[in-house]
Amino acid sequence: MKKIEEIQLPEELRYSPDHEWVRPEGDLARVGLTDYAQDQLGDIVYVELPAVGIHIAQGAVFATVESVKSVSECFMPLAGEIAAVNGPLSDDPVLLNQSPYGDGWMVMVKPDDPAAVSQLLTAEAYLARLKGGV
Amino acid sequence: MSESLGTTGLVLNEPLLWERGKKGRCGFSMPAGDVPSSPLPAELTGDGPDFPDLSEIEVVRHYTRLSTWNFGVDTGLYPLGSCTMKYNPKINEKLAGLRGFAAAHPLLPSVLSQGALQLVFDLERFLAEITGLDAVTLQPAAGAQGELTGMLIIHAYHRLRGKQRTKILIPDTAHGTNPASAALCGYLPVPVPSGPDGILLPETVVGLMDSETAGIMITNPNTLGLFEANIREIARIVHDRGGLVYGDGANMNAVLGVVKPGAVGVDILHLNLHKTFSTPHGGGGPGAGPVAVRKDLVRFLPVPRVVERNGAYELSEGFPESVGRVMAFHGHFGVLLRAHAYILSMGPDGLKQVSRLAVLNANYIREKLKDVLHPAFDRPCMHECVFSDQNQQETGITTLEMAKRLIDYGYHPPTIYFPLVVHGAIMIEPTETETKEDLDGFIEAFRSVVREAGENPGVIREAPVRCKLRRVDETAAARNPCLTG
Repeated sequence: MKKIEEIQLPEELRYSPDHEWVRPEGDLARVGLTDYAQDQLGDIVYVELPAVGIHIAQGAVFATVESVKSVSECFMPLAGEIAAVNGPLSDDPVLLNQSPYGDGWMVMVKPDDPAAVSQLLTAEAYLARLKGGV
Repeated sequence: MSESLGTTGLVLNEPLLWERGKKGRCGFSMPAGDVPSSPLPAELTGDGPDFPDLSEIEVVRHYTRLSTWNFGVDTGLYPLGSCTMKYNPKINEKLAGLRGFAAAHPLLPSVLSQGALQLVFDLERFLAEITGLDAVTLQPAAGAQGELTGMLIIHAYHRLRGKQRTKILIPDTAHGTNPASAALCGYLPVPVPSGPDGILLPETVVGLMDSETAGIMITNPNTLGLFEANIREIARIVHDRGGLVYGDGANMNAVLGVVKPGAVGVDILHLNLHKTFSTPHGGGGPGAGPVAVRKDLVRFLPVPRVVERNGAYELSEGFPESVGRVMAFHGHFGVLLRAHAYILSMGPDGLKQVSRLAVLNANYIREKLKDVLHPAFDRPCMHECVFSDQNQQETGITTLEMAKRLIDYGYHPPTIYFPLVVHGAIMIEPTETETKEDLDGFIEAFRSVVREAGENPGVIREAPVRCKLRRVDETAAARNPCLTG
């Protein structure tokens, strides 16, 4: 398992306390699980993603991730409509372990309020929470 | 330390049965035919199943060799938390093997099955007394089916009262099957966070128990090995608001003869006979998950039920409000037999002693390990103790790796990564049947593993090194399961 200093947290992303990251891309936002989350979960063996077109509220469950240790739910960092999901991830869940910020992304969202992204944690603030044991 | 239990010996390899044998080899001899042959109709003929051709000794050696790769409670300490891997007394097997029971057919008429029916009838009475509830069904095949049966009873109760409800409260320290059983019955499971001491707080339940909530499912003692001390108050809140209290009795081994769930407000409770009442389990079965209920819920129990009439026992379907049959025939009858034998051989004082010793053993281990492993809650536990991996964070050694290393010392690992509310959880349930020497051996082994984690982590990362199979690739097995032979 990684030590806190070894966790990758790209500066340009925003983070939720529930260990999701968000990257604004035009009108949409890409969402995935942080390096910390994938490391804590261990080898991921199954990912269940939502249907495209449905609306998910902030804090609601949008995906389920199963690792060799446990089954965990992923919580929506910002409210919006699912614009796309990462199909290859369902067939190859290892992508989430290998590349949490790249090929392991989970969903694209059309946020209800694009400005809501700025209310999420910065990399620095998220790291501070991890160090605090939250 | 004294000589380790774990050692290496000559372990024989063994191929699959299909890789053994030779065409035409056979384990038995058929007499020559002495009647005219009568060919089957063409539609009933064809290639038979693909069975290997084997001699008797090949089959015997195959299974005997496989058995030497196994580890069971008859081999050594098996402290798998939440599973109650206690010793199964051999007298249970002797009684279950009595020909009158072992050869009984479930479709025999009641008049020819009086002994079997009486056993069901008596075991129901015993379990009702132990749980402090009024009647019992023995049908459910295991704990989770008992939970579903309980949910069906809650559903039937609210239906009879004229208003269905949609939600069930489930504490975060409940067994993982609880939310699944509630959801299978159509309820929305609502998680209830436990308090700072690891047990439920009445005020949390007050905030969640509304008129749409059908009841609560409480595992007591909970999966942290702690007794839900506020159970009476919580039951009162739930009852006042029209709900029912479902007790998950899987951890009953901690409180036999000490706490009657019915007396502290539980309305419905399942027991795991294969755990608490000592019948062999593991590898997925067989189990038995009887459900006990309070008086006004008896009408909903599954049918058929065994009833006594004029000194004779018979099966009755005469309960129109029943939730119906949940299991073929009479449940896992062989498990019921063993549990019946266990209860009678232990007696009321013996059962009370079971729980006292189970709690004592768990606390002994907790005390002896708490300076090297971090206790999830620093307070006395019930029948199992839970540690986190906090003390090992600096070494980078994980709970999984320590568990693997314990195997080299000759012990089955404890339950790991459960309950989910504890980081890197290590959950140890020694049960009452271990001697102090065996407990001390386990404690010493675990302390050695912790020492190695700090001084020689390479050894732990390689473990286990002494068993037949070392680390199997569970990730590959989960990602690409091979479900056929």
